[in-house]
Amino acid sequence: MKNIQKVGAAIFVLGFLIFSILPFIGTYQLGKTIVEANVKDIHRETMVDIMSPMYGKVYDSNFAFIKDFKQYFNTYNDQLKSNQEWDKVIWDNYAFDLTKASSLGPVANNPYFYLGISVLVAVIGALLYILPLYRSEPEGIKNNGIFFSSMKAKGFLGILTGTYLILFYIVLYWFPEYMTNLVIAVDPISMALSGNPASQWFLYGLIYTLAIFVMGIRMFRKYRGNKYQTLRTASVMFFQLSFAFILPEILVLFNQPWHDFKNIWPLDYSFFYDYRMEGMLSSGALGMFMLIWGIILIVLGVPLLTYFYGKRWYCSWVCGCGGLAETLGDPYRQLSDKTVKSWKIERYLIHGVLVFAVLMTALTIGNYFSGFSFLGDATNQLHSIYGFAIGSAFAGVIGTGFYPLMGNRVWCRFGCPLAAYLGMVQRFKSRFRITTNGGQCISCGNCSTYCEMGIDVRWYAQRGQNIVRSSCVGCGVCSAVCPRGVLKLENGDEEGRINDMPIIIGNKSITIKS
Amino acid sequence: MNNPNSSNRKIVILGNGIAGVTCARHVRKKDDKADITIVSGETEHFFSRTALMYIYMGHMKYEHTKPYEDWFWEKNRIDLKHAWVGNVDFENKQLLFQDGATLAYDILVLATGSKPNKFGWPGQEFKGVQGLYSYQDLELMEQNTQNIKRAVVVGGGLIGIEMAEMLASREIPVTFLVREKNFWDNILPLEEAQLINRHILEHHIDLRLETELEEIIGEDSGKVKSIKTKTGEIIDCQFVGLTVGVSPNIGFLKNSGLETNRGIVVDGFFRTNLQGVYAIGDCAEFKEAPASDRKNIEQVWYTGRMHGETLAYNLTTSNAVPYQPGIWFNSAKFLDIEYQTYGQVPAIWSDETESFYWEDKSGKICIRLLYSKKDKEIMGVNAFGWRLRHAFFDKAISEGWSLEKVLSHLNQASFNPEFSKPFHKEVLAKYNRESGKALETYKASFFKKLIGSRS
Ligand SMILES: Cc1cc2nc3c(=O)[nH]c(=O)nc-3n(C[C@H](O)[C@H](O)[C@H](O)COP(=O)(O)OP(=O)(O)OC[C@H]3O[C@@H](n4cnc5c(N)ncnc54)[C@H](O)[C@@H]3O)c2cc1C
Ligand code: SF4
Ligand code: SF4
Repeated sequence: MKNIQKVGAAIFVLGFLIFSILPFIGTYQLGKTIVEANVKDIHRETMVDIMSPMYGKVYDSNFAFIKDFKQYFNTYNDQLKSNQEWDKVIWDNYAFDLTKASSLGPVANNPYFYLGISVLVAVIGALLYILPLYRSEPEGIKNNGIFFSSMKAKGFLGILTGTYLILFYIVLYWFPEYMTNLVIAVDPISMALSGNPASQWFLYGLIYTLAIFVMGIRMFRKYRGNKYQTLRTASVMFFQLSFAFILPEILVLFNQPWHDFKNIWPLDYSFFYDYRMEGMLSSGALGMFMLIWGIILIVLGVPLLTYFYGKRWYCSWVCGCGGLAETLGDPYRQLSDKTVKSWKIERYLIHGVLVFAVLMTALTIGNYFSGFSFLGDATNQLHSIYGFAIGSAFAGVIGTGFYPLMGNRVWCRFGCPLAAYLGMVQRFKSRFRITTNGGQCISCGNCSTYCEMGIDVRWYAQRGQNIVRSSCVGCGVCSAVCPRGVLKLENGDEEGRINDMPIIIGNKSITIKS
Repeated sequence: MNNPNSSNRKIVILGNGIAGVTCARHVRKKDDKADITIVSGETEHFFSRTALMYIYMGHMKYEHTKPYEDWFWEKNRIDLKHAWVGNVDFENKQLLFQDGATLAYDILVLATGSKPNKFGWPGQEFKGVQGLYSYQDLELMEQNTQNIKRAVVVGGGLIGIEMAEMLASREIPVTFLVREKNFWDNILPLEEAQLINRHILEHHIDLRLETELEEIIGEDSGKVKSIKTKTGEIIDCQFVGLTVGVSPNIGFLKNSGLETNRGIVVDGFFRTNLQGVYAIGDCAEFKEAPASDRKNIEQVWYTGRMHGETLAYNLTTSNAVPYQPGIWFNSAKFLDIEYQTYGQVPAIWSDETESFYWEDKSGKICIRLLYSKKDKEIMGVNAFGWRLRHAFFDKAISEGWSLEKVLSHLNQASFNPEFSKPFHKEVLAKYNRESGKALETYKASFFKKLIGSRS
């Protein structure tokens, strides 16, 4: 490691530590006006009342503040629940908004400064580390030492990173009130973009986009000379920044519903939820366009583009989850499990999620058009189960938190219902395949090892067979790392795409069909 | 031949490399009853020898180099015996293991592979001096290269450059002694050999061409401390890799009644002089070379696989076929530069042959096509830094395409990843310049390009 890289790594760790400590500094004070401003009209009177013991009291930490808040709030609700007065219970969660509004600083007084010393410092450190990578070396992919690395081969650093990510997601999804300082730090950016204060989701989107950019630059360094890798990395960076991050905020600025035009149902599982439908239907021509565009993507976009190019057009060129996996997750791609057993589990899980998503959506739409006479509130229950189990726990906590433990595509491989849909098209009606170059395979195993989807590429390659698998996201890394030039991702005629009985070229004595 | 599929005959395969394992798998496909056992002392399970370097370099772990999961063998009822054979008692048809156990066979397939050559250099027994062939060699290399300051690799062939790359990946300074004028120039034509020379130097490997080892010098403790070259230069080092080729691993079979020469002597059906005993892979030596352009001993992965396939076919049919390899092909990777070859491209060619050579400005990518002077039919191709389609050249060479036909279809022959810079136009331009012709590339329509169609 060059000295500048060591400095970069140190700066990154510093920024990262500040980012992690930031939520726990500062003082909090709740006031009547804050409550009035941050709760719904119907709860205003009650909430002002419930929270009155906290007014004027200065808390030294968010823990103490949130503890008191929860105590008063829960006491009120528990009382009602035990009396079975369900309609009076306050189901809304005001912890995040009230904690955020009660913050006295210092972050609130100087958000740019705190954003700078945490996120910006980490980004600068990371870039100082990344930019000199492979500087003095000839072009070529260097996987040297990956399996000796504590970070990349499930050593102490890997487990530590995994644990951190898991905790981060748990806080983000279920206890965002503990990270309000971080959200406050990005408030000005959010105000500038959408005219609204930041939520934890804005913070998340910002960090997510930065991660894709910084680690995308690492991809450019690592896969120098491989244009396919460079282009698709640039592509996910572009789609994340424009479609997923900036455009939706601008829509909000113009009082339109937040919408990510490249997200497709059923990955975008709430697309047909009543509030989204109503949002789109009540937003004039643009809203109508959102609805129609979304449906076109589902019924035409996916099958057509996948027919011509394979599911890679989405999974490793456009998708946000894929974008993070291919950039932030790239150092962990070798950790995916290649066994036939995990392939079996994969098929059950991913199709299970697909069925769940389709059924839930069918019921939702049915219910919506029946004016809720069909199932009433029951679909909401379904939504919260799906949102909790699949949308948050699976896609977030496991999907990203497990990068350093199970590889970078855990969600895409085992959970994503859109991947399941794309995969079916890819497997049964597509021009995409990975061609095996005759008899050139030496069974070395680099392809399988570096396949993030856990596909045992070698199994096919060494038999001279093309790789046609529903899960292949077309990242192209198997082809890039093959030392014998055996694999080529390509779109071609359907005839001869699936060669179950391949003939290995080179032996004229017999024509082996294996 | 043996009566195929007749009974639960006992087929024992000695050696679990690519040759032995391919043979076992294909026998099992056709013969459900045979009792198949694979014996090896090296590792319990089949692994890819060609991937040894990647374990050392940290690209993979040993388990990643196993082409089949461990359950595969039991599921296919292929017994594995992990032990060293000391002797074969051909008279009583049994293997004698070093630990005293025995194993009887009806059919014995010898697939014992190779061992590294050692040419009796003074000092070659010092600690820290070794070849690289087996998994045990790799473990030894791991030990021998801990905390060393410099390594010397002797022998400019495929394993030599792999070893140099391995050491360099751990930031161990390497001096690479090559006897020839240029790297691997008994196989590679001059331009290609020089291209690799340059690339080796670019990797800061201290390449010494036309340099031969005289002796290895050790410390009193028995460890190597330096080497001396034929010109008297002393190079301090704590590790010496000897990679001067391999020979059939048949030491334990000498004087056992089995006919051996450099390898185990076999006919075109892999039959040895003994009834029911066959030899395949690196250890087999054909009485007559299988084709005019082939050697009597074939020591590459692909031929081992073909031997295994063909013998398995013969063991499970009553119409045995002789081994008949098709168009030669091979590949390697020299540090970052991939190499593929199809057909015949010797280092030096006769007057009846002509060559067309193109090299990219970078000096790292090139292609050479050899063709006959008389009818311009192409005979072989070398490509560096440019992946070529095996099926394309297998067809072009066996059908005797003309040089010009190949050149105008080069775009279809390329196997480089999508969006790679296309080279076929530059190649054609060079040909047109030199020949004064105006050959054009076969063109695909824009729509076909858009959907990536090749036809
Ligand atoms: C480092 C390295 C890199 C290579 N790279 C390439 C390449 O890129 N491309 C290529 O085409 N070729 C390559 N080769 C050559 C290729 O690996 C061999 O040609 C091939 O593995 C030979 O296979 P085989 O089945 O004949 O023998 P082996 O793979 O050698 O298998 C023989 C087995 O039999 C066992 N055995 C032998 N005697 C006994 C005994 N008495 N008792 C018990 N077991 C015994 C051995 O231990 C061994 O496990 C490479 C070789 C090496 C060493
Ligand atoms: S990386 Fe290439 S040579 Fe190695 S097993 Fe895969 S396809 Fe075969
Ligand atoms: S098979 Fe290759 S292209 Fe497909 S996901 Fe695996 S590594 Fe990527």
